[in-house]
Amino acid sequence: MTTPKTMYEKIWADHVVRDGGGNEPDLLYIDLHLVHEVTSPQAFESLDLTNRTVRRPDLTLATIDHGVPTEGREFGIKDPLSKKQIDTLVANCAKHGIELYDISDIRQGIVHVIGPEQGVTQPGMTIVCGDSHTSTHGAFGALAFGIGTSEVEHVLATQTLPQTRPRSMAVNVNGELPRGVTAKDVILGIISRIGVAGGTGYVIEYRGSTIEALSMAGRMTICNMSIEGGARAGMIAPDETTFEYLRGRNYAPRGDDWDAAVTYWKSIRTDAGAVFDVEVDIDATDLAPYVSWGTNPAQTVPVTGVVPDPATFADPLERDAAQRALTYMDLEPGTPMTDVEIDRVFLGSCTNGRIEDLRAAAAVLEGKKINSEVHAMVVPGSGLVKLQAEEEGLDLIFKNAGLEWRDAGCSMCLGMNPDILMPGERAASTSNRNFEGRQGRNGRTHLVSPEMAAAAAVAGRFVDVREWS
Amino acid sequence: MEPISVITGQMAPLPRANVDTDAIIPKQFLKRVERSGFGPYLFYEWAYDEEGEIIEDFILNQPDYAAAEVLVSGPNFGSGSSREHAPWSIEDRGFKAIVAPSFADIFYNNCINIGLLPVVLSNEEVAKLTEIANDPENFVTIDLEAQTVTAIGFEAHFDIDPFAKHRLVNGFDNIALTLEHAEAIDFYEESRLGFKPALG
Ligand code: SF4
Repeated sequence: MTTPKTMYEKIWADHVVRDGGGNEPDLLYIDLHLVHEVTSPQAFESLDLTNRTVRRPDLTLATIDHGVPTEGREFGIKDPLSKKQIDTLVANCAKHGIELYDISDIRQGIVHVIGPEQGVTQPGMTIVCGDSHTSTHGAFGALAFGIGTSEVEHVLATQTLPQTRPRSMAVNVNGELPRGVTAKDVILGIISRIGVAGGTGYVIEYRGSTIEALSMAGRMTICNMSIEGGARAGMIAPDETTFEYLRGRNYAPRGDDWDAAVTYWKSIRTDAGAVFDVEVDIDATDLAPYVSWGTNPAQTVPVTGVVPDPATFADPLERDAAQRALTYMDLEPGTPMTDVEIDRVFLGSCTNGRIEDLRAAAAVLEGKKINSEVHAMVVPGSGLVKLQAEEEGLDLIFKNAGLEWRDAGCSMCLGMNPDILMPGERAASTSNRNFEGRQGRNGRTHLVSPEMAAAAAVAGRFVDVREWS
Repeated sequence: MEPISVITGQMAPLPRANVDTDAIIPKQFLKRVERSGFGPYLFYEWAYDEEGEIIEDFILNQPDYAAAEVLVSGPNFGSGSSREHAPWSIEDRGFKAIVAPSFADIFYNNCINIGLLPVVLSNEEVAKLTEIANDPENFVTIDLEAQTVTAIGFEAHFDIDPFAKHRLVNGFDNIALTLEHAEAIDFYEESRLGFKPALG
């Protein structure tokens, strides 16, 4: 009998090109390399300088997302630096024969939205991208992680990466989610429990009845934020929900290949009795809609909670960090979160920019108007998400409620394009990072679910969606 | 990549937890298509106010620390994005090593890949070193071969993955090392599952 293995161990074993024998890293084969404009130019340049070529352009897919404007595209890209960066990617892809979803392509969108949407993200694969939220693709039961530009170059040149084996962590979430509690709240709840560095050195597998009941969109939201808990990768076992999502998509296998693929995909699930290095158990019925109060994604409280007092933090560095966060966020300890008023709302990002997220926000906003003091925008995760939303009439719900309806991209998730917070502005954001300056210098970010962001847009402050009808 | 053996230099103390990549190099500076030139924007929002005026108090703006080559900071250093621009900007500013109680995974790998030495010491050791660094007259010596950090009244050992060390000590090009196994890659590709997606 063979020893029971975890899914991550199986996928790893299936991709070893050369076993490092414990002294050296294993050399892993990479099934899919996703590329965007910000972390790739230096890699291509260096490839050219060393007279190397792209080994497998057919396993490489590029899109433009971080720097693209989300309005007025017909007038071109105004920022000369962003324009140069995007033009550089266009030229590099043309030169090396890499498929690129350019600004005029309906498939253009956030790199972590387009892979699943095209069906190119599949179970059992190794997927990398010069972007830390590559963990998103783990929702399909793939081993997917973010890499730096030197590694981007390495994958372009060799289609492999030397990797030392991380440890494994199981996060078991069981029970039925209370009404108004979403996948976003599940992951915020997990991060608040394990901390922003709790997952460092681990690959997380999210398991349990709560996870199994989630849609692919919800699973992607959870895996997406694995990096916010310090883990490079997060994964969820492929099941009927996964197969249903993939069936018929552009790059999904067909006919006999489909059957062979499903058989293989089922075989990579964690065996009964496999041992994880660490296990964390979470009761879904304990979770609530969360709002972040600080400047890292572990600094959250339930919406019914109050801004904490830094004096209650035992660790001196954490206390200092909490104090700094409150100063930056301009919040007083003890303030109920529902008293915190907002100026901006951002609905979008690779965490919550999929069609399901837009539907959830639209359901809250239907027939309502947003607060007159609030400036809100919806940025779909891809051109196809935008198209789908328009076919369903969601754009009209948003526009009638007073939100701006934009083109696809990363937008205010990190504000590399013109979509940024002004100094002092406070936002309810469905993105993943509330770091200082992330959405704009001295801008204040509160991370929430799409439902919570939509309700906050109407109320002009945070409200408990559970009491909202 | 330049080989690393012994680094001796001044330290800059930055005793904060979870220093993230957005703080290290804010996104507005990620638009360059070059690998160098990021140094002036390191910790930009801590170093310059909203009007672009220099914030004199910030450690890296103090003339006494102008020549610092070793950054000493708090746990979970480099959390957040995979942007290699973060270690590039630190290196471009003249730093050769970073000492902290822990690093974020991707950031740590990026440092190794560009030859910026990440050194992990215990909380207590980093606290002690930070105190020593508070006097800009004090220097530190990091010996990669011996895996030691020494400063006045201070000596500590650090762990590093033997292969990462081997690469840093020799300044090896990682891609060249991998290409030595080109046959193994060819061999793997022949047996790769046929239903896996390919583009184009
Ligand atoms: S949406 Fe935000 S987190 Fe996602 S890839 Fe874009 S910038 Fe990164």
